[in-house]
Amino acid sequence: MIHKFEFDGTKIVLDVNSGAVHVMDEPAWEMVDDFYVLVREDMLSKYRHRYSEELIGEVLQEMTNLYSEGLLYSEDKFSGPDDVSNDTPVVKSLCLNISHDCNLRCRYCFAGSGHFGGQRALMPLETGTRALDFLLEMSAGRRHCEVDFFGGEPLMNMAVVRELVSYGRSRAAQLGKEIKFTLTTNAVLLDRETADFLNNENISVVLSLDGKPETNDTMRKTVNGGGSYSIIEPKISSFIKGRNNENYIVRGTYTRHNTGFCGDVLHLADLGYRYVSVEPVVGMPWNEWSIREADLPAICREYELLCREYLNRMQEGRPFEFFHFNLDLNNGPCLPKRISGCGAGYEYMAVTPEGDLYPCHQFVGREQYRLGSVWDGITGRQVVDGFRQAHVYNKAKCRDCWAKFHCGGGCHANAQLVSGSVMEPYHIGCEIEKKRLECAIYIQVLRAGNTEE
Amino acid sequence: MTKHIKTINRVNLQETVKRGGCKECQASCQSACKTSCTVGNQVCAK
Repeated sequence: MIHKFEFDGTKIVLDVNSGAVHVMDEPAWEMVDDFYVLVREDMLSKYRHRYSEELIGEVLQEMTNLYSEGLLYSEDKFSGPDDVSNDTPVVKSLCLNISHDCNLRCRYCFAGSGHFGGQRALMPLETGTRALDFLLEMSAGRRHCEVDFFGGEPLMNMAVVRELVSYGRSRAAQLGKEIKFTLTTNAVLLDRETADFLNNENISVVLSLDGKPETNDTMRKTVNGGGSYSIIEPKISSFIKGRNNENYIVRGTYTRHNTGFCGDVLHLADLGYRYVSVEPVVGMPWNEWSIREADLPAICREYELLCREYLNRMQEGRPFEFFHFNLDLNNGPCLPKRISGCGAGYEYMAVTPEGDLYPCHQFVGREQYRLGSVWDGITGRQVVDGFRQAHVYNKAKCRDCWAKFHCGGGCHANAQLVSGSVMEPYHIGCEIEKKRLECAIYIQVLRAGNTEE
Repeated sequence: MTKHIKTINRVNLQETVKRGGCKECQASCQSACKTSCTVGNQVCAK
């Protein structure tokens, strides 16, 4: 399987099963589809009115060489993981919902302003330490574990965060493991003392800001209904300076109200933020801010615009990193990783303040997906096995999709929210992901200095 | 030297099945609130 696309005149072909990327000139671009289905004589017959036999022969020879090397129309020899439904899951990442409360009232919040449809609550230290013990036990055989402090707003429970980092580091070291901590925050409570702790402990921080003041303040409201930009932006800017502009990402959410999000990304970059991203909101069709199918052409154009500006700024010596344009074509993850995506439900789980386990932070509150608790262990094996089998080879829509080894099958939570099943990918998300990937591949092509006139 | 096709990366994902699956790499996540990763933009931890 191949995927052909053109970006600003550069003709690019991705060989899906190998991951190889080629830039082709006009004749090769024109012939590459037929190469797989026509014999040489038929190719000559079809194209000799446009190109010389010598040129057609050259193109066919180059394609034949790539085919022989497994870099063009390569086979997919893998068919998915062995049946491991009886194995004990190896959990290596936890999302600790350290606070089911929030000090903002963002209109699009999937957590319903932090409480996830339940009581507003903070995770007690005892639950947090048990969760870390659970992770270290369940990650048998793995050295690297990950914990994300999440919410709600995790800085509302900072005392417990501090204790858990200390406990987790110490306990992991005893077991010959390492825990990488991250924290996702709206920055409202990000004061100097907290910043010092996060910096000293080398904790990666995800900071939420949607872009320009008017964009941010349309959706990210204070408890009193006011805008939050003027509260948040100075704190984020100060925090980033305090950690030498490293080890963070500022991320925003775009909705159908700001499909012109390129301006928001550039606003973040203009603030001096080096690592930025924006994500499409996910909501139900009746939410007025939800992205519709009709919004996709404008959204795709916006990614192209952003891609060009990203490249311009790189050339001008004032680069920024847009998360979804990062792509390592040479040293990416292995195929087993690529087919299974995020690992939600068996490698990655979310923990509520009460200690309940869910496949990920977005599934919290969807009761049929409760997996057990950090106190009783995993009791929902059927759900776990369902997630383990929800890989790209088992999803009908993914099997024939060119992007399957880059997206890993997409977000299970979005799929389930919109279609009712983790096996049915979220179509709008897929289309956006494909556009982002094309931009990312194009950027890598330019970086490699391989444009074709 | 090729005249018509320039290959950017000579990789073969199929080969990674043999050595892959150690699961030491970063968890990826595509949900809007996390900005974690598209799977393909991660780096192998080996």
